[in-house]
Amino acid sequence: MQQSEFLNVVMPFKDKLYRLAKRLLVSTEEAEDATQEILLKLWSKKKLMESYNNVEAFAMTMTKNFCLDRLKSKQAGNLKLVHSNYAEDNSGLQKQLEAKDSVDWVQKIMEELPEQQKLVLQLRDVEEYDYDEIAQMLDMQPTAVRVALSRARKTVREKLVQKHRYGIG
Amino acid sequence: MESDKIEKLLEKYFEATATVAEEETLRTYFSQESVATHLEQYAPMFQYFSNAKKERFTKQVPLKPKRNYFKWASVAAVAVLLVGLYINRPPMVDSSDPWEGQYTEAEIESAKEALAMLGMNFQKGTEQLYHLEEFQKTTNKFLIKE
Repeated sequence: MQQSEFLNVVMPFKDKLYRLAKRLLVSTEEAEDATQEILLKLWSKKKLMESYNNVEAFAMTMTKNFCLDRLKSKQAGNLKLVHSNYAEDNSGLQKQLEAKDSVDWVQKIMEELPEQQKLVLQLRDVEEYDYDEIAQMLDMQPTAVRVALSRARKTVREKLVQKHRYGIG
Repeated sequence: MESDKIEKLLEKYFEATATVAEEETLRTYFSQESVATHLEQYAPMFQYFSNAKKERFTKQVPLKPKRNYFKWASVAAVAVLLVGLYINRPPMVDSSDPWEGQYTEAEIESAKEALAMLGMNFQKGTEQLYHLEEFQKTTNKFLIKE
């Protein structure tokens, strides 16, 4: 497999890998490193890649495992919580700022979720995968995926409402 | 889009029974400006998910065509070594004993004799050393007593 062929296969989902890594590792740099690592691993296994029936799902599983390992490893002690989405923006209207604020809240709420729920929510609501695909990627039963997803969504809703009320009261 | 339809979809959404298409409907509904006031609280969720999807991986990954240069380099090195050894090979000597023919029989005999004498004298020297050891013993007794 040539480099161009490899890139054609990998390009469509490399952003998904990155977003998944970022969801788990939070820091942009860590996520970039993780994605690079995964892509290099795929590159070194490019001969085997034709035999995988779903390269994308395989790569997503690899990313998930890599990031979880990374979180477990000693180096995770060096991981910093970086809120790179913060941008000073004083020019906007108050309403816009508030809206942006609550959008940022969703991210923070998602950071607090258990890893599995985080993964499911990311894969379903951001990447829009089917339940079966998610089940395959995470090595879970489809019903378990639904349960985790429902819980994750409800938690996000609950916390969002809480913060909303807190802001008003 | 009527808000009661959206409400039903939301219910399905939170029970995780909505299809991808239905979730897409929700996302488009919440991305527009006019959201029903009682549903406004859900808007940040869907807006966040839509935003999160826009993030891109921009880092360049150095993909080098991995060739086994080292493998071939080692083969080449071994070949060069073999050629070098072949060229610089010392001229072959026919017999296994390189000294043969250089000394006469008598010369070898005298050398052997000289070596034997040397050995014997060494032996004597070693015997002398035993006396020294004896001396050491007595000194030790001396020291212990004091």
